[in-house]
Amino acid sequence: MSLYVTELRRLSKRRLTRLLLVLLLLGLAGVATAFSFSSHKLSPAVVAEAQAKADADYRQAVKDWERSVTECDAAAARGEKTEDRYGPDCGRQWQPQPEMFDPKWNLPYQFDFRAEFPMFIAVFAGAVALFAFIVGASFVGAEWSTGGMMNLLLWRPKRLAVLGAKLAALLTTVLGVSVVLGAFWTLAFWLIGTYKGTTAKVTAGVWRSIGLDGLRAVGLVLAVGAVAFALASLGRHTAMALGAAVAVFAISEVAIRIAVGVLGVAFGDRFVLSTYAQAWFMKQVQLLDYDACEFTKGECKPAELLITWQDSALVFGVGFAVVLVGAFWLMRRRDIS
Amino acid sequence: MSAVLEIEGLRKTYRSRKRGVRHALDGFDMRVEAGQVHGFLGPNGSGKTTTLRTLLGLIRPNDGRMALLGHELPQALPAVAGQVGAIVESPQFFPHFSARDTLGLLAQAGELPRQRVDEVLELVGLRDRAGERVKTYSLGMKQRLAVASALLKNPKLLILDEPANGLDPGGIREMRSLMRDLAGAGMTVVLSSHILGEIQLICDSVTIISLGRRVAFGPVEQVLAAHSQGTVRVRLEAVIDLPRAADALTRAGIRVSATEPDHLLLTGVDKPASVSRLLAEQGLYVSELTPVAVDLESVFLELTATAPVPGQHRQVDQSTKVGEPGSAGAGGGWGA
Repeated sequence: MSLYVTELRRLSKRRLTRLLLVLLLLGLAGVATAFSFSSHKLSPAVVAEAQAKADADYRQAVKDWERSVTECDAAAARGEKTEDRYGPDCGRQWQPQPEMFDPKWNLPYQFDFRAEFPMFIAVFAGAVALFAFIVGASFVGAEWSTGGMMNLLLWRPKRLAVLGAKLAALLTTVLGVSVVLGAFWTLAFWLIGTYKGTTAKVTAGVWRSIGLDGLRAVGLVLAVGAVAFALASLGRHTAMALGAAVAVFAISEVAIRIAVGVLGVAFGDRFVLSTYAQAWFMKQVQLLDYDACEFTKGECKPAELLITWQDSALVFGVGFAVVLVGAFWLMRRRDIS
Repeated sequence: MSAVLEIEGLRKTYRSRKRGVRHALDGFDMRVEAGQVHGFLGPNGSGKTTTLRTLLGLIRPNDGRMALLGHELPQALPAVAGQVGAIVESPQFFPHFSARDTLGLLAQAGELPRQRVDEVLELVGLRDRAGERVKTYSLGMKQRLAVASALLKNPKLLILDEPANGLDPGGIREMRSLMRDLAGAGMTVVLSSHILGEIQLICDSVTIISLGRRVAFGPVEQVLAAHSQGTVRVRLEAVIDLPRAADALTRAGIRVSATEPDHLLLTGVDKPASVSRLLAEQGLYVSELTPVAVDLESVFLELTATAPVPGQHRQVDQSTKVGEPGSAGAGGGWGA
């Protein structure tokens, strides 16, 4: 227990942890503040103003149409050809209709908490996952590269307990940051919805759904932190985690995309990690195989493949387990020199 | 006396595709008695740090037996770790932590009282700089901090790898005094160092390692005596008589190891008076007859065969291997 508390203290005392936490706070606050300026509450006056503008646009369009028809008739009377310029029958059939001028087009953007907050949970998770990645990798990577790990093992010659205590301290910290900042993030967008948008139709079921989205987001953040920690421990350097992340990105998002494109593999995106990340947040992603269609034979409904968040859990879970077990296995076996 | 540290037949082999097989430790033995200050010497790459790391559970040996404070390792290492303080090579600390933070975290991990941090800071002379970041410390101050971290547990056995590294002359003397005080208080100290003059001054006993094997061990004075070889320097009243004297001594069975322009060096002389008598009988009169004392440095260089040779550049793995023909340690006595 003392080791765990010590590692918690060590992590919180680290300059990088504090710096990144401040940057994370500033970043999230900046996004929420900037977004609050872009959303506008649709008051009855704003709606009436949009309606009035739509009516005015309609009237102006009718005037323009009438003037065009009159000009066309005059030109026809002079014996000029009018069809190319004004269309058949001087364009009488194109008389503007009121429904062509929807007042919604004149409304400013209004944030809808119910419809849009899930997307902002993904934004939040991305920012906190980046924090978890860097803090997780450097927490153990710096210990290895400076000799701090060796020093600690001279005190506590229980390798798995030492690595486990460090990981537990990291995950506790990341969880605490996620929960606290997540609560503020939700509150901030609830306030934006209340005062500068709408929180209509936010039922208990919606809150439950948001809660589940939040849980999946926190799960991903913790997994990212743990994987970064494990990679840095495997390579005994912070840069190992960064290098591995770049390599995975290059292979998954570039090399595999090119390969499946060249080979013409059906549903190629199922081999790309970002598809699973998307499915994790959106609950599911539908992949369509348009190559299976022969449009010359008429309308075609392309083949479908559904990637669910459970599939993502399996893919990420296996990767997570392999890296983590590898880190602990190597910690147990390796010579520390 | 009981042994605090015992190593028997320790082996550690590294296998590499590029460099092949290398025996870092090749049946190494070591024994340190309780309450001693024990010097652990060896040339670069001889296996000192590998030995300490293996002993402290950082490296897995291929074979051999190790015990600390009467407990077999590595099984009992977690149980005895609280009684062993160690620094292995110069440990690095987080540069943005202060010395007090660094030691405080270690004390917390070891469930030690907070006041112990201040005690060791006082002991190593860092009390007034304890609140400053480690990155502002000099090499010597970092070394003091490392020693403080090893002393934190108030250990029964203190293992220090190059503790005087980076210390100024005053610091080296303070360190020497600290070692003596700790040993006086009943702590056993194992000291690895290349400052052989210091080792000779501080240590009660030594172990010398070369290419992974022990080449000498025992109390310092016995190791020195075993390698002094009864060397005496002889000067005559008339320098011109030196060849005659060398001839007479050789005929009498005394080994003349060097004939210098103004003196002779004789080895294997048990009783210097016999030399004086022998030469007097030949009409040669001695003006100086001095036993030549050896120091630890010369013994070390002899045993490890690492003395510089003009015109040659010795490589790190070029030192004595026990058991090979011509090796200095193979002649019995203190050799393994």
